[in-house]
Amino acid sequence: MSAPLLSVEDLRVSFPTPAGRVEVVRGLSFDLGRERLGIVGESGSGKSMTGRAILRLVRAPGQVTAKRMEFEGIEIQSLSERRMHDLRGARISMIMQDPKFSLNPVMTVGRQIAEALQAHERPGRRATRARVLEMLDAVRINEPERVAKMYPHEISGGMGQRVMIAMMLIPRPSLLIADEPTSALDVSVQAQVLDLIDELVRDHGMGLILISHDLNLVSRYCDRIMVMNAGRVVESCAAADLHRAQHPYTRGLLAAVPRMHETRGTLPVLDRSDWSGT
Amino acid sequence: MSAISLQGLDISYGSAKVVEGVSFDVAEGESFALVGESGSGKSTVLKAIAGLAPGWTGEISVLGQPRGHRPGRGFARRCQMVFQDPYGSLHPRKTVDTVLSEPLQVHGLGSRDARVEEMLRAVGLDRRFRFRYPHQLSGGQRQRVAIARALMLEPKVMLLDEPTSALDVSVQAEILNLLKRLRAEQGLTYLMVTHNLPVVGFMCDRMAVMNRGRVVEIAPATALHDGSFADPYSRALYAASGGTAHD
Ligand SMILES: Nc1ncnc2c1ncn2[C@@H]1O[C@H](COP(=O)(O)OP(=O)(O)OP(=O)(O)O)[C@@H](O)[C@H]1O
Ligand SMILES: Nc1ncnc2c1ncn2[C@@H]1O[C@H](COP(=O)(O)OP(=O)(O)OP(=O)(O)O)[C@@H](O)[C@H]1O
Ligand SMILES: [Mg+2]
Ligand SMILES: [Mg+2]
Repeated sequence: MSAPLLSVEDLRVSFPTPAGRVEVVRGLSFDLGRERLGIVGESGSGKSMTGRAILRLVRAPGQVTAKRMEFEGIEIQSLSERRMHDLRGARISMIMQDPKFSLNPVMTVGRQIAEALQAHERPGRRATRARVLEMLDAVRINEPERVAKMYPHEISGGMGQRVMIAMMLIPRPSLLIADEPTSALDVSVQAQVLDLIDELVRDHGMGLILISHDLNLVSRYCDRIMVMNAGRVVESCAAADLHRAQHPYTRGLLAAVPRMHETRGTLPVLDRSDWSGT
Repeated sequence: MSAISLQGLDISYGSAKVVEGVSFDVAEGESFALVGESGSGKSTVLKAIAGLAPGWTGEISVLGQPRGHRPGRGFARRCQMVFQDPYGSLHPRKTVDTVLSEPLQVHGLGSRDARVEEMLRAVGLDRRFRFRYPHQLSGGQRQRVAIARALMLEPKVMLLDEPTSALDVSVQAEILNLLKRLRAEQGLTYLMVTHNLPVVGFMCDRMAVMNRGRVVEIAPATALHDGSFADPYSRALYAASGGTAHD
């Protein structure tokens, strides 16, 4: 087998708290090939921190350590800030959980997507414009010309998510980390956007880490799934086997999903007695 | 008396009209969902009711009182909104404690300390989170703070914009159970935007389906059981959500 795209060993992220330094990611190890890895788990379990750590975006006083964190054979931890910046723009992209917060409020969305493209290649002005509109259309934005001229506060929640996705896909990264990328989208738009991401995985060999709380979605769009709880992986399985998951925590998650033909008066919740975190 | 009544509501941002001719009534104690296409104007309707989208014409009344075009202090006691984007709606330099106790202070309400603790517990956050800033919280933790803030003043009417879409299913279940219990105990009224139809089935009595700025159908939540929607867009939305008619 060829070298993995991403190889992480013993990743730890910690924050100082009044009670001392507390780890929110506690020794995560995994390899990712040109495949689709899903990360699911409870709120606060360390999913976003894992993604941010790979991009070296955990801010002080947060601290990240790992025995190894290699992207295409290069140790990420020893890269200069400048090379890391280049890598982030072009080779590894992350769709953040808070799209609107991650967009620049004083720049039109069209301009922001254009800048994301130009970080990687230098097409002419007209070609750039065409690519931007094409990308907006690909994420199912109606009237791309109109929306390209809008500022982030003028677009809806679901449009913001798709603009963010457009921005992250346009440089054609080798690795995409998508943190709850479609949580504001209805199922049909969600499927179209995820199909687009899927296409990039299949046709361009992109690796995907899909962080989501939607178990059905993850099992449909990923090959493998890691279930996290309190900073650790409690279960790993092939996506197709998720519904047969064994860990009580995973079973609890599955039971908590409301159903279309819901008749339960209350939804079952998890026993969080041994829950920890910072 | 209706808790919320909208009549012939048109809403514009500048010269762009984004919502047209929306009319519906939500009864007191009812839980009513607003579903539909992304960008169809769901958040805009909630913002107009809350006084945050001033460019509207038509009629809006809440608990029998006509609404003006601005937010108001008295109104905040009766009606609170949870925004779709929790990061933007929480002040970056205010701790969770400040965010939750401020509304009590503004309205001169007492036993703040106990109320803050109780509310944090209700949304599944223990006291470690009380003195944190928004950037020190995960996405789902921030959303729970936003929900807790809206509940602090014990409003009668809640406008909920995708209240649980940022939450994992276990926390979602807790929040939905909490909202359902509060409604049963205190007779709250909910107008809730969600793209998740099973959540509508669990939480709501009726739903309005929006498409391109208009309400295309108002249906009982039981339509989710058998797929008995009349409008083609509603049917497509239902089918795409994995609904199968008559099973
Ligand atoms: N600056 C900080 N100081 C202390 N703790 C922090 C800080 N930032 C994040 N945390 C904690 O780290 C833990 C992991 O956060 P993370 O954002 O990775 O969660 P998550 O799994 O993505 O959750 P969600 O599903 O809610 O987005 C959380 O419990 C959070 O409160
Ligand atoms: N401040 C604004 N200025 C101009 N246009 C706006 C503004 N806010 C929203 N819009 C436009 O109004 C329309 C409806 O937006 P709204 O946020 O109500 O949609 P939504 O139904 O809530 O969608 P979503 O499910 O994606 O959140 C969109 O086309 C959006 O671009
Ligand atoms: Mg997160
Ligand atoms: Mg919205």
